[in-house]
Amino acid sequence: MSVVDRQEWDVVVVGAGGAGLRAAIEARERGARTAVICKSLFGKAHTVMAEGGIAAAMGNVNSGDNWQVHFRDTMRGGKFLNQWRMAELHAQEAPQRVWELETWGALFDRTKDGRISQRNFGGHEYPRLAHVGDRTGLELIRTLQQKIVALQQEDHRETGDYESRLKVYQECTVTRILKDGSRVSGVFAYDRETGRFFVLEAPAVVIATGGIGKSFKVTSNSWEYTGDGHALALLAGAPLLNMEFVQFHPTGMVWPPSVKGILVTESVRGDGGVLRNSEGKRFMFDYIPDVFKEKYAQSEDEGDRWYEDPDHNRRPPELLPRDEVARAINSEVKAGRGSPHGGVFLDVSTRMPGEVIRRRLPSMYHQFKELADVDITAEPMEVGPTCHYVMGGIAVESDTAAARGVPGLFAAGEVAGGMHGSNRLGGNSLSDLLVFGRRAGWHAADYATGLGPHRPPVDDTQVDTAAAEALRPFSAEGLEPAGGPPENPYTLHQELQQTMNDLVGIIRREAEMRQALEKLAQLRVRARRAGVEGHRQFNPGWHLALDLRNMLLVSECVARAALERTESRGGHTREDHPAMDRKWRPVNLLCRLTDPTEGLAATDPVRGQIDLSRESTDPIRPDLLALFDKEELVKYLAEEELYE
Amino acid sequence: MMRTSLDQGTSDVSDQQGGVRTRTRAAIDAPHLRTDRWWLAPAATAAGLLAFIVYSTWRAFANADYYAAPYVSPFYSPCLAENCDAMRAGPNWDLFGGWWGISPAIIILIFPLGFRLTCYYYRKAYYRGFWASPPACAVAEPHKKYTGETRFPLVLQNIHRYFFYAAIVVAGILTYDTVLAFRDEHYEWGHMGLGTLVFLVNIVLIWAYTISCHSCRHIVGGKLKHFSRHPVRYRMWQWVGKLNARHMLLAWASLVSVALADFYVYLVASGAFDDPRLF
Amino acid sequence: MSGYTAQFKVWRGDVQGGGLEDFKVEVNEGEVVLDIIHRIQATQAPDLAVRWNCKAGKCGSCSAEINGRPRLLCMTRMSVFTPEETITVTPLRAFPVVRDLVTDVGFNYTKAREVPAFVPPEKLAAGEYRMMQEDVDRSQEFRKCIECFLCQDTCHVVRDHEENKTAFAGPRFLMRVAELDMHPLDAAAEAGLDRKQTAQDEHGLGYCNITKCCTEVCPEGIKITDNALIPLKERAVDRKYDPLVWLGSKIRRRSS
Repeated sequence: MSVVDRQEWDVVVVGAGGAGLRAAIEARERGARTAVICKSLFGKAHTVMAEGGIAAAMGNVNSGDNWQVHFRDTMRGGKFLNQWRMAELHAQEAPQRVWELETWGALFDRTKDGRISQRNFGGHEYPRLAHVGDRTGLELIRTLQQKIVALQQEDHRETGDYESRLKVYQECTVTRILKDGSRVSGVFAYDRETGRFFVLEAPAVVIATGGIGKSFKVTSNSWEYTGDGHALALLAGAPLLNMEFVQFHPTGMVWPPSVKGILVTESVRGDGGVLRNSEGKRFMFDYIPDVFKEKYAQSEDEGDRWYEDPDHNRRPPELLPRDEVARAINSEVKAGRGSPHGGVFLDVSTRMPGEVIRRRLPSMYHQFKELADVDITAEPMEVGPTCHYVMGGIAVESDTAAARGVPGLFAAGEVAGGMHGSNRLGGNSLSDLLVFGRRAGWHAADYATGLGPHRPPVDDTQVDTAAAEALRPFSAEGLEPAGGPPENPYTLHQELQQTMNDLVGIIRREAEMRQALEKLAQLRVRARRAGVEGHRQFNPGWHLALDLRNMLLVSECVARAALERTESRGGHTREDHPAMDRKWRPVNLLCRLTDPTEGLAATDPVRGQIDLSRESTDPIRPDLLALFDKEELVKYLAEEELYE
Repeated sequence: MMRTSLDQGTSDVSDQQGGVRTRTRAAIDAPHLRTDRWWLAPAATAAGLLAFIVYSTWRAFANADYYAAPYVSPFYSPCLAENCDAMRAGPNWDLFGGWWGISPAIIILIFPLGFRLTCYYYRKAYYRGFWASPPACAVAEPHKKYTGETRFPLVLQNIHRYFFYAAIVVAGILTYDTVLAFRDEHYEWGHMGLGTLVFLVNIVLIWAYTISCHSCRHIVGGKLKHFSRHPVRYRMWQWVGKLNARHMLLAWASLVSVALADFYVYLVASGAFDDPRLF
Repeated sequence: MSGYTAQFKVWRGDVQGGGLEDFKVEVNEGEVVLDIIHRIQATQAPDLAVRWNCKAGKCGSCSAEINGRPRLLCMTRMSVFTPEETITVTPLRAFPVVRDLVTDVGFNYTKAREVPAFVPPEKLAAGEYRMMQEDVDRSQEFRKCIECFLCQDTCHVVRDHEENKTAFAGPRFLMRVAELDMHPLDAAAEAGLDRKQTAQDEHGLGYCNITKCCTEVCPEGIKITDNALIPLKERAVDRKYDPLVWLGSKIRRRSS
């Protein structure tokens, strides 16, 4: 009976951030007719928020850099939990992906000899981040957007229609992946502007929806980050990998309240900014963990010399990987040495002339001036940890970006897991988008072409079910008369954010996570009564009510996986298990939906909707292991891994 | 979903209610909702320009009191007709002969006038102040149709650059006048009066305004694709750019100073005031 | 100024019609107008439509008009208003309204497609591009654009004259032409595309009467008029109004 509009494509890309657009470009260039669906306007994706740069071992500033060094840094940053093949591909291909952006019109900052300038960043041994001031993400998204337009202009010249081979459906949300048996057959979506439903039939779907930050109260993420892709994959039967690893960026704004969480780029530290507590002490020197002791400066003098002479000095500990810095700030604040608004001080004003600050960190200067009335050339910033990135995500094959167990489903970017292990290095995100966005688009196009005319059909019943599910919030009242009046989706969202922030936040405890799971179960029940007023045309209340399903699913994954992993590693810190445990190194945690057919009914807090299972990671290839010193490997790898 | 607003909009051209009150737009009757004193800037601009126009028209047609040795009014320099006052070593050449009956200022004023009329700053000023096109940002303009600078006569604004070349010549002559002002009324060199100072300030402002012109910025370097291959022109472009950022300020300052210089000559020439000698 | 109740008027409706609706809302220290709109949404009008995204002035989604001036909702601090002031928020008035504060900005995407893309130089492979910082500075300034379309909204050429929308690309996309024309490696000229000429002939540069409202509203502080539009006009002059060039092309045409 379904009467929703249907269109046929070869590849559908969900999400129009860096990964989605790069995937779409690749698929289209390989001949697949490609559609992109995104929740916001074209060109507004969260990628624009990325500030620091794109990590790629081009060696423009320090010729000692190469992919092996980049690979090593990435594995160290991820505490060796990375899907090593992804880290390898990423380090090898990133330079090519950056250079190709230039051929599409990108304008990076330059070195004296006219090449792409590269800057220092936490965890990277050499200056490695291609950047444009502190608005690199904007440059990336605009370049990809303009490349898409260029391809559309090409199609227009040939076919008379801009959208004949590549079309962007902006302000549309996908609520379900449709399947035929185990294979992908298309997506079900609604147009936010009109509220109309539609189906895109396609044998290959690339999920590139980004992260889950909107499940947390203090976050640097935009409203779009509701874990849609994670949830879509779960609902389609694909597993999520290592969801306990959530990165809290050490430096988010802490004041005023309305901007709490907004990112303060790591470039501030890369360019010389230092962290101080209320006593004026550069406390990071007290927080260098054993595994990094040899790599970081032990005195302020040495750290300061490093900016000028990096070959003969070690870097200052402000540039430790993000998880270390975030934990250190957290400890300082807890010990009562925080700033007035509950953060610590990040100071560039005493380190560089105002002129230099304004040139190198223009948007930071702007951001603090406009939003907090703070002049960063004259006074220190107040900063504290903010939820920034999820390392966990859809479990994918390293080379093809194909989601496990669901033919036709691909994932790239933040929504895909594995690449960053337990903690992502700054700058590795933008390069990840490009490297794996391209790979996802490539293999999705290949897969779609390979099917020939035998495409999986779209099942009408699934379309009807999806439509009914999407309309549910409008009839919430009538559903469960015993359950009370309809719930306000905004209230539910706020409670969810508070729960995740307080109970599954940066420092985790077993009892609190159990409490979180109970709270999530209650919210799940209440979310079924989330009701909305008004009609379907651009109705934010309705949109939020639909997004709640995804946030609840993903939050449960995070909480369950975090409860299971009884160690501290990267973006997962357990107060009750404060040390990294080598036994956990080769263990992946996979989340699956308990009942993929009718998963939403599960409300039992103990059982929940998510099944957790363990699997062993692939052993790291010997030639890659040989890139590290034995002494270093001993700190990470389990006994049996070392002597294989 | 992406949709163009072009096809929906153009049908409303004939509607009584155009612009912000086009049928497809948010239904708000007020032509603008600004609560600040948005009319102040265009009103002040219009008043200032009007004052100058009135003053300069009177002075240009007066054909009197424009020379008091050693000062010549910038409105009458160079003086190019037979009916000019005699100025020893001054900028008068009888190019136009005796047939020119009206004020000789008219011959030469056309150039600075053209320069200022086509100047990118003054265009903004009078489009806003006199034409109300627009009166202020986000305040609806009263005109039914608008074609901007696409048609005659406004397409002629594009010849600004040629007025700029002329303005350089004029500024050169005014510089010569300023040098001549270092004489006393008996044409003895090495003297300076209050008038010399007025002329000095005026000529500095005239040059600053002329050099800060957008056309100048384009010619010295803006037209280049690769600054790195032309380091000297790049430096000049940066320098002109710095001045150009103050083009509006310089436009007003030099307008006032040129009127003051003329008025000073008028006062001295008409005998209302004695030029105090400094040395 | 912590905690007071502010008077808001918010335009609600759609293309069929609508009007300003009154709200009394709580305001806390350090908040911006978007926070207040969100509070109205969460407590009084859950279906109030507003477009927003990053809430940090980086994505350019939350463009609207506050007290009649085009602004980003997320970058307008409440502290610029007095507690007694009534604050009026309306959708962008140059574009068709969709619902409440959301407008159809499709015009801009249409115009974006009409500007021919960057033409890569034929002889250079990826990785071989060499550009000096001083040669990319100008275009980099224009690439700071977050496409909030406030300049497109405030520009009277289309705001006050719907009929000009076909002929005029608007400041944002004329700036895009300037950006490409100043790009040190853009090979459009070699490919037979004269961006200076098309700026005038196809993108309606002549409609611009440099009244600088685009520059005034730009949240990124880009000097659109002085650094993009006027230089582009001067470049068009080089091509079209320079008498020597004009004479030369006449003679060449006659002799051929």
